[in-house]
Amino acid sequence: MIVKIEEKGAVVFIEVKEERLDAHNSSELKAQMLNLFEEGKNNIVVDLHDVRFVDSSGLGALVSGFKNASARNGNLKLCGLQPQVKSMFELTRLHRVFEIFPGTDEALASF
Amino acid sequence: MEQIEVDIRVPNQTRYLGLIGKIGEDIARTLKRYKGDREELAYQINLVLTEAMTNAIRHANEDDPDKEVHITITIKNRNLSIKVYDEGQGFDISTFPGPDFKNLDDHGRGVYIIRTLMDHVSYSKQNGGHVLEMEKNLN
Repeated sequence: MIVKIEEKGAVVFIEVKEERLDAHNSSELKAQMLNLFEEGKNNIVVDLHDVRFVDSSGLGALVSGFKNASARNGNLKLCGLQPQVKSMFELTRLHRVFEIFPGTDEALASF
Repeated sequence: MEQIEVDIRVPNQTRYLGLIGKIGEDIARTLKRYKGDREELAYQINLVLTEAMTNAIRHANEDDPDKEVHITITIKNRNLSIKVYDEGQGFDISTFPGPDFKNLDDHGRGVYIIRTLMDHVSYSKQNGGHVLEMEKNLN
């Protein structure tokens, strides 16, 4: 999986550079997030603007990251969701769990 | 509406999820007289194919790379029928609990998604394996 990781102050941005976040690659995203938590970086924004398709495994990886961040008194937020991806969060009611922002600037300003 | 039948066999590996999902999407975009939101239907077909194949690969076929997943996608009489055949011992989807919306779990949303998006879902024994059958009315 191709991701771009960028730190902006105390917040780490993970930009997922894939068209699909699914059962084939979501465990790699999970592993990337665990690496960050182990380094003590607990405030994360996952930028999904290149992602056109998410399945339940992709959602599961994000939920896992959210729970890990919360347990460490941090937060995991999302930005850049395409409309179809956003409707996946609504279908599974996860839009009530995650803080979702239009772009990276809004997400950064929320911390 | 036209009649289409696509029959595909792929190795039991998640690397083929994207390929099969894309074929499902392209079928939705190609349908001649579908009046609903085509892009929404494309995403839904991609999604149920991905979820059903993942269940077959991971749970039924237990990630055995020597096994195979067989998929048929049929459009007939304004009805979409997707069948995903595995070679495993089976996983009874009727015993799957729905997702627990109160407690945040990493797993357990796949079957819920299939049941929500399709009109009829069944899972039964067939030829030494099992078949997950999903139908959706396209009117």
